[in-house]
Amino acid sequence: MNSYHLDHLQYLETEAIHIMREVAAEFERPALLFSGGKDSICLLRLAEKAFRPSEIPMPFLNVETGHEFPELIEFRDRRAKELGAKLIVRTVDQALANGSAVQAPGEISRNKLQIPVLLGAIEEFRFDCAIGGARRDEEKARAKERFFSFRDAFGQWDPKNQRPEIWNLYNGRLNAGENMRVFPLSNWTEMDVWEYIKAEKLEVPNIYFSHTRDCFRRGGQWLPVPPMPTDPAKADPYAGARPTAKEPVKSLVVRVRTIADMISTGMIESPANTVEDIIGEVSAARVTERGTRADDKASEAAMEDRKKAGYF
Amino acid sequence: MPNPTSISDLRSPISQSHAPVELLRFNTCGSVDDGKSTLIGRLLYDSKSLMEDQIEALERSADLTGGGQINLANLTDGLRAEREQGITIDVAYRYFATPRRKFIVADTPGHVQYTRNMVTGASTANLSIVLVDARQGVIEQSRRHTYIASLLRIPHLVIAINKMDLVDWSEQRYLEIRTEFEKFLPLLDIRDVKFIPLSALNGDNVVDPSQHTPWYVGPTLLGHLETVHIASDLNLHGFRLPVQWVNRPNNPTNKALHDFRGLSGQLASGIVKVGQKVMILPSGQRSTVKVIWTYDGTRQEAFCPQSVTLQLEHDLDVSRGDMIVGLDALPGMGTDLHAKVCWMNSKPLQKGRKYFLKHTTQTVQAVITAIESKININNYDVQAEPAELALNDIGEIRIKTAKPLIYDGYNTNRMTGSFILIEQGTNATVAAGMLLPPLETVKPEYNDFAI
Repeated sequence: MNSYHLDHLQYLETEAIHIMREVAAEFERPALLFSGGKDSICLLRLAEKAFRPSEIPMPFLNVETGHEFPELIEFRDRRAKELGAKLIVRTVDQALANGSAVQAPGEISRNKLQIPVLLGAIEEFRFDCAIGGARRDEEKARAKERFFSFRDAFGQWDPKNQRPEIWNLYNGRLNAGENMRVFPLSNWTEMDVWEYIKAEKLEVPNIYFSHTRDCFRRGGQWLPVPPMPTDPAKADPYAGARPTAKEPVKSLVVRVRTIADMISTGMIESPANTVEDIIGEVSAARVTERGTRADDKASEAAMEDRKKAGYF
Repeated sequence: MPNPTSISDLRSPISQSHAPVELLRFNTCGSVDDGKSTLIGRLLYDSKSLMEDQIEALERSADLTGGGQINLANLTDGLRAEREQGITIDVAYRYFATPRRKFIVADTPGHVQYTRNMVTGASTANLSIVLVDARQGVIEQSRRHTYIASLLRIPHLVIAINKMDLVDWSEQRYLEIRTEFEKFLPLLDIRDVKFIPLSALNGDNVVDPSQHTPWYVGPTLLGHLETVHIASDLNLHGFRLPVQWVNRPNNPTNKALHDFRGLSGQLASGIVKVGQKVMILPSGQRSTVKVIWTYDGTRQEAFCPQSVTLQLEHDLDVSRGDMIVGLDALPGMGTDLHAKVCWMNSKPLQKGRKYFLKHTTQTVQAVITAIESKININNYDVQAEPAELALNDIGEIRIKTAKPLIYDGYNTNRMTGSFILIEQGTNATVAAGMLLPPLETVKPEYNDFAI
């Protein structure tokens, strides 16, 4: 009897593979959202497990804010190439230039601007489904998200009117213009992700591990000091996101726990050098993962800081 | 003396082993005032699954309400606020772990839409917790929750008799409630029932044993969740693989890959071995399993619910929606189906209506040919030939499909015995269906292609 037994990671894995294959079978033009972050790294391995020895039957899609950690971009491009996948990148810069996205006055973060870029890419390539790495344990709103999350023709999620999801029978039927977001990692926790990375010996970008970095304190977080502008003729893409005179820069031994872009990612002080170290840290962690995401923090705090600093 | 856990206790680092652990999925059933939120909060809190930011939020709310008493129901506050705004969130999922097991909790708020929500949350559960207020005993809702747990064939049931502190920890009261349940449990099909007296508010018998119940010798709730035997819940009888996706690399530069033709899917039940004779349905063609292919290498055998890719000895025409089955226990096959359904849409189910029916990996057209009965799940009375089934109604119906389903009774196979109905046009999921056992199964000589 004992050999017919799945541990929790194997269970989560087979559930996710089943979902990946449902997507490949039921949608005409799916895409897989790959940022290079730890969750989407797990998605890639699950895609390999679902579809090999065939090619992964969907392109990878990433939306860049323009404030990415260079390490992440390098990793993303390399992994897509190694897997023989087509990588489609659409940027907030392009969307700002062609007017499909408009920056709110005084807003530094381009977090929200990713939405029109993503919707634009879905329209441009006529994607009917996008697989993402979101997990229900990340935050309260996500706890109610479905595996197959229906979006209307405007890309909107209507939490009041979700399709009941019963057994493993996913309803992927769509009318023209509608699309689906699918989250195979819905039932995974932060710990599960790291345990899977360990079990599968998956490579992750080195910013997840301890390194020395110049940081400054803002909004209760250690934010990374952005790179200096390369082209003096252009406007500084990090205007407003650089430390002010009242925000002294400190060289710290840090790593990222969760990655947004440079503006929105709080660094945590950590000596963790290996996946095992990170697992130890996560199991002893006393703050939720999203607690280090500036984009998730009460926006009042960020706003208050900007007002204090007198920007814009 | 109640035993409020001091906050400083919780700040000690958690020792967690990373040995492979089992996963238990459970759902909690209760109405608004029975302490369900408090119970979930207590489980998370006492199992040290809360993070500092969450504990601080609790501390703040304790200061506000005064007395320093922590209100554990505040952990599910987000949900309550949503309810106050009139938003119906049917199921929220929560996650916690102990060194022995990982848990996925389907948390279904108790309100009007209860049946639909509970069916959704319970469909994937190994265990259901039915909460009962010790002061009230068995009420209509208790009978309803127990019925649904039985309908969904959840292997394990816990009757949590809560608020024992409010009945002076009376063993007699506990036994009365237990006896009340035992009067109607035989009418239902439940294999394993556990009664636990507890106080979610004070934590008695939730994580730590209570000093107030010396007459109770069983485990605490968490103790039971950690040890209830779930390994044998896996359905290892009768091999079924619904074909999900045909894996054809079509790689012209690699000879091996060029000829590779794999049938990918997740085992719905049973065990498959290399060399095993199998039948493909609905065609009835037979073949032998040549290779069990996985990304991690080939296997000699695979079992439910693993996801694999099979290569067969013969190059047969097999596509998504077909099912590969073992010859030792053949399923039913047909277009005339008899099923129990839970109706989940505000537009009622009526005879003659057409829907899409999704069963395993195939979606077919279906028409409702009869509504045979409606079950009153509060008293288990059966009403024959109702005009329709309304939202949250459960009844037995007959369905005719445009293509045959390959299926088992839900009582023996939750994966090949279940289906959903999808409304044409809106594509809304409108029903959860459980097939009754087929009157006859496919015969081994069904299709004697000499292969």
